[in-house]
Amino acid sequence: MSLDAPSRGCRETPVLKERGQREVFCGLTGIIWLHRKMQDAFFLVVGSRTCAHLLQAAAGVMIFAEPRFGTAILEEKDLAGLADANAELDREVARLLARRPDIKQLFLVGSCPSEVIKLDLARAAERLSGEHAPHVRVYNYSGSGIETTFTQGEDACLAAMVPTLAATDARELLVVGAMPDVVEDQCLSLLAQLGVGPVRMLPARRSADTPSVGANTVFALVQPFLGDTHAALTRRGATHLPAPFPFGEEGTTAWLWAVAQEFGVTRAHFEAVTAAPRARAQKAVAAHASTLNGKSVFFFPDSQLEIPLARFLARECGMVPVEVGTPYLHTGIVGPDLDLLPEGPVISEGQDVEKQLDRQHAAKPDLTVCGLGLANPLEAKGHTTKWAIELVFTPVHFYEQAGDLAGLFSRPLRRKALLSQEAAE
Amino acid sequence: MKLTLWTYEGPPHVGAMRVATGMKGLHYVLHAPQGDTYADLLFTMIERRNHRPPVTYTTFQARDLGGDTANLFKDAARDAYNRFKPQAMIVGASCTAELIQDDPGGLAEALDLPCPVIPLDLPSYQRKENFGADETFHQIVRALAKPMPRTEEITCNILGATALGFRHRDDVAEVTKLLALMGIKVNVAAPLGSTPAEIARMGQAHFNVLLYPETGESAARYLERSCGQPWTKVVPIGVGATRDFLHEVAGITGLSPKVDESGLRLPWWSASVDSTYLTGKRVFIFGDATHVMAAARIAATEIGFEVVGMGCYNREFARPMRAAAKAYGLEALISDDYLDVEDAIAAAAPELILGTQQERHIGKRLGIPCAVISSPVHVQDFPARYSPQMGFEGANVIFDTWIHPLVMGLEEHLLTMFREDFEFHDEAGASHHGAKATARTEAPVETAEASGGDIFEQMTPEDAPQMAEAAVLEAVALHWLPEAERELKKIPFFVRGKAKRNTESYAADRGVVAISVETLYEAKAHYAR
Repeated sequence: MSLDAPSRGCRETPVLKERGQREVFCGLTGIIWLHRKMQDAFFLVVGSRTCAHLLQAAAGVMIFAEPRFGTAILEEKDLAGLADANAELDREVARLLARRPDIKQLFLVGSCPSEVIKLDLARAAERLSGEHAPHVRVYNYSGSGIETTFTQGEDACLAAMVPTLAATDARELLVVGAMPDVVEDQCLSLLAQLGVGPVRMLPARRSADTPSVGANTVFALVQPFLGDTHAALTRRGATHLPAPFPFGEEGTTAWLWAVAQEFGVTRAHFEAVTAAPRARAQKAVAAHASTLNGKSVFFFPDSQLEIPLARFLARECGMVPVEVGTPYLHTGIVGPDLDLLPEGPVISEGQDVEKQLDRQHAAKPDLTVCGLGLANPLEAKGHTTKWAIELVFTPVHFYEQAGDLAGLFSRPLRRKALLSQEAAE
Repeated sequence: MKLTLWTYEGPPHVGAMRVATGMKGLHYVLHAPQGDTYADLLFTMIERRNHRPPVTYTTFQARDLGGDTANLFKDAARDAYNRFKPQAMIVGASCTAELIQDDPGGLAEALDLPCPVIPLDLPSYQRKENFGADETFHQIVRALAKPMPRTEEITCNILGATALGFRHRDDVAEVTKLLALMGIKVNVAAPLGSTPAEIARMGQAHFNVLLYPETGESAARYLERSCGQPWTKVVPIGVGATRDFLHEVAGITGLSPKVDESGLRLPWWSASVDSTYLTGKRVFIFGDATHVMAAARIAATEIGFEVVGMGCYNREFARPMRAAAKAYGLEALISDDYLDVEDAIAAAAPELILGTQQERHIGKRLGIPCAVISSPVHVQDFPARYSPQMGFEGANVIFDTWIHPLVMGLEEHLLTMFREDFEFHDEAGASHHGAKATARTEAPVETAEASGGDIFEQMTPEDAPQMAEAAVLEAVALHWLPEAERELKKIPFFVRGKAKRNTESYAADRGVVAISVETLYEAKAHYAR
């Protein structure tokens, strides 16, 4: 196992903090994957037409079945009198739950307008929970753009669930963060082979499997954007296992080893369990590393996955990060990844998109990782880009996805090479 | 408060973005929180634009709310002017900023920027995207266009095309060509492709051509009042409408409406014998009012379909929509709830849907082919090729686009002749769509007696009362005898729905409860055209 830290990592690198126009999604976007993950949950945004339009634009308008999310659109009369707004909300929720008896968890999701008019969704959730108990549990969190950036919506959602989790004294591993089912199954299988258990997931696929938490709970994060959830679990007495995030062969091995050590797994057994998948992951990454090796990469802030991904690209694919932008930098969570990321890149937090575009233009990186609003305009200027949102919507965690993860970055470069070949002829 | 799972129109500031993004030299400073930048991707991804929309978002956060969001706006507006040096700016608020009441217009005026600054007042909690586009264009024209001497030669402005519009790029090109055939030059086409400087000289045109009432009518009315320019009321989508449009323009200009029609192919394509099979095909039409009303006319009079349902999502046009529907003996569906639209389509059981991207999804769910005729549309409806909806080439494009999802004429004859044999059956699908043909699974033919016997043998005592109740219901309710049901299955799937409905209403009218093979063929003879 090669977890040799570079002579100097990025933990002490001064952070460039910026304030200005941000080219990012708000936290409502997390609903797109959370509603797929939590199969008996409905996400009801209390917001404006803009919120509804954002969700369908971000979801790529993929309504083939009636989705388990919707927007209660505030109208003029709701703004005039809040008492009416509460009555209206109760009515819409009752109608929704009557039509969807399969719903066991309802999330009232606050938005920019509902926060600004101070619609108290916490009280509404309490009131509605009482009304629809025991069949439906009603939670609330804010996915508003004035408080949350993109993936922070998942953080707010999970953090809202933590205070309601049942108490337990059992010594259990809690794996925290939504992953696609296929990846979650791989994670659980690896932990079972290591002999680590019992393992619980937050969020659980169905409300009946919602985990408990207590002083003997040990938790590991699989997503780097879960700062508030981390704090909420810590308040419940649970212990965090800091580790690099399970992206790539090295990250996955480091993450598993942190868990394995906590649960007394021997080095020999760990090697025996991980040797084959590690070899597979290395081989799969190597297929793409030849394309990526020596190429420079520039990250615009998007999902908070940027630091762990830059670490993966630098150490396993030979890329050279120029700037790694992230909406928020939780050193307590991505610290182990910062230690491994070789010194060199600018680490920036927040965004002033015009200034950052100027820096990107000056740096002329071989690959720019950015949001959908910037990708085509940058391509048109001759840059090669990777849409950041795909990194969130694609299974990329753990060994068997390491090659796919590298492939997400190598494909735009290979494509550019193919097309320029055609143009040269 | 209204629960919405999907919406045909975005908020009004997205309409303003459609105007700003269609233009050059205009910049939009939008007082908005983080996240509202999602709208950029509508233009960069769905429409594949190679430039960022010219929009600066102030990006205020929760912690700014107690403090000074107004200064944030002023800084953003000043920085945007210095960076982009636009000829003019529009300023406004998104839904959240509307609530904090910072008055972007007043703040921008106080900055005294060296370019015209046009404030927008777009009520986010009452109105939607089309209103936002229409009102934004109206305000820009109001601020910049002034009465001026007419051009010597006859010219017109073309109004209403925006970014993210359905085929707007090609419609403007096609209508420009059409007007050139009459000897008319285009003074300014706006908002799409125009600059504020060009808008300022709109007053010199002799008249205005309004292509999209949804996004350009307020500007047309304003220009009529302020610059004395008449505007065209006919939208030239379809052969008849295009000819009517030419006559309308002739009436305004005194020029001849007779133009070269040699590129027009729809009438012959429609008259040729392969198109016979299109006769009376049931079509349901939904989208924005302008496109739906035009499509209904084409469907009924130029292709020979039967319009069995029509409606629009934009309530502003409910009145003309209702009147148009009445002409086809229909009640218009005015709704922005796609579940209502889905129910109406399922009830009408059309053989073809003409709609937006949502109706395309509905068609997939219901197994009904669909062609897209109206916004909102997705990335595949922004084609690389030239494909207008308007003018004579637009009519050609429409014929091809609507016919493509259907089973081909000759193929339909074969399906009728060899109905329900092992290759030509429902599950095989249309051969030109590349779906893999699947051999039909041959179910053993059950006789009525055998199946009845089986059911009662397997029945448990608990089921008995329910079954008895069901049997009683069956005795009085309209139902198909097994043999008739098998015969019904031999009818090709694309007319089976109609045959079933006709037979059932024929039976109901005559008090027939059990439909037999005879009933089926009596009904067929009765309805034979």
